[in-house]
Amino acid sequence: MIEVRNLSKRYGDLLAIDRVSFTAQKGEIVGFLGPNAAGKTTTMRIITGFIPATGGTVKVEGFDIFEEAHEVRKRTGYLPENPPLYADMTVTSYLEFVGRIKGLSRAALPGAVDRAVQRCGLTEVTRRVLGHLSKGFRQRVGLAQALIHEPDVLVLDEPTIGLDPRQIRDIRSLVKQLAGERTVILSTHILQEVVQICQKVVIINEGRVVVEDQIAKLTREMTLEEVFMRAISGSAAAEEATA
Amino acid sequence: MKNILAIAAKEIRSQFVSPIAYVVLTGYLLLGGWFFFNLLARFNFLLQMYLSFRNPEAMERLNLNEFVVAPLLHNLSVILVILIPVITMRSFAEEKRSGTYELLMTSPLTITEIVLGKFLGAFVFILVMVLLTGIYPLILVLFGNPEPGVILSGFLGLLLLATAFVSVGLLTSSFTENQIIAAVSCMVALLLLYVISWPAETAGETWGAMLKYVSLTEHFAELVKGIIDTRDLMYFGSIIVLALFLTQRSVESLRWR
Repeated sequence: MIEVRNLSKRYGDLLAIDRVSFTAQKGEIVGFLGPNAAGKTTTMRIITGFIPATGGTVKVEGFDIFEEAHEVRKRTGYLPENPPLYADMTVTSYLEFVGRIKGLSRAALPGAVDRAVQRCGLTEVTRRVLGHLSKGFRQRVGLAQALIHEPDVLVLDEPTIGLDPRQIRDIRSLVKQLAGERTVILSTHILQEVVQICQKVVIINEGRVVVEDQIAKLTREMTLEEVFMRAISGSAAAEEATA
Repeated sequence: MKNILAIAAKEIRSQFVSPIAYVVLTGYLLLGGWFFFNLLARFNFLLQMYLSFRNPEAMERLNLNEFVVAPLLHNLSVILVILIPVITMRSFAEEKRSGTYELLMTSPLTITEIVLGKFLGAFVFILVMVLLTGIYPLILVLFGNPEPGVILSGFLGLLLLATAFVSVGLLTSSFTENQIIAAVSCMVALLLLYVISWPAETAGETWGAMLKYVSLTEHFAELVKGIIDTRDLMYFGSIIVLALFLTQRSVESLRWR
């Protein structure tokens, strides 16, 4: 479970996100939408503890990201926009390294690596060097890395970007399988993806949350695309009205 | 501790997988070998000359420690000023550039573990470097009669010097995501520590003593002479601890900036 309350982040004069609040329940897949530079990546980086917030709080599984960052990190798997791969390592040695720094014991390591390899369909490339892998495989290794320690919370920043249609379908079904007992937040530009796999959607525009609701409810009367367009133009119009 | 070892092992592996390690090692040994050969040739020349002059007084002064090992160590220390920044430049800068920094910083690791892991990885590498040059004095011991204690003290000095260089290299690498900036600023910092005592003679008593104390060369020279003084050990210890502490602060500031 993730609770985001009044989260703000300021870079100098620029307010990247402004009092963002939303929650993601256990077992829920939340689609995080918004135009480029809306603050999606910033929010995800704060949730995973990569950068600090200027204001507000985040609780992951009840642990405060500022006070108990260590506990949060143990329970979070994170796939950044660019998979964090060491180009000179093989898939297996990389996953072993990630498993170790995520706190897996030596005894648990081989099993965890095998499971991640199986799940993400990496069996045929385990001995290949990461720098030589195709975009699709790199993305899958990124996913394997995020879930090797069986985290309660998965944060995925555009997991299907740059993949071909078949790979996109594979990743989607994988994410769906992974949800179960976990909380998943994924950002994307593909609205159809959200409709297919997410239960809930959070739309963010210019650093503010403009929509937070269940997909089923939102799409009762119009398509998600209409909801999205209305949400991001609505807030722009409101901005103009106040100015 | 487990985390430190995991990071150190990864660092060592990535050093030996990339060609940088081999280029650095080859260059180091090539130059080291060239210095050793020349120093030995000069020693031999002097020996022949004094023999033919039948000059026993000069013969007394001629010894392997002072004429071969000491200048060899001083030359090697200068090569390390250039080569160690190349080893350490990647440590943080490369992680930042390639995005793996996000993995490290969102894993349940403390910053101290990350810094110490990287330090340990680089230390093992320079230990290998220093040990490989141990071959030259070994040749001397096998075919001549130098004083082994002085040699050991000198190589201890070289190792301490290299360890201090590594700590400074980690610090400059933590400031930037550009490896060249990391390497150049490390090199400049090390050269500065090297030559800072030059104006010591003319700078007056207090300043002179201070500059001499800060200078790496002065402390290294003592160990090369075979004098193991706690003051010199403390000096290297302080440089290492201070640089690592600042590295930890610098990395931490990125996490909570």
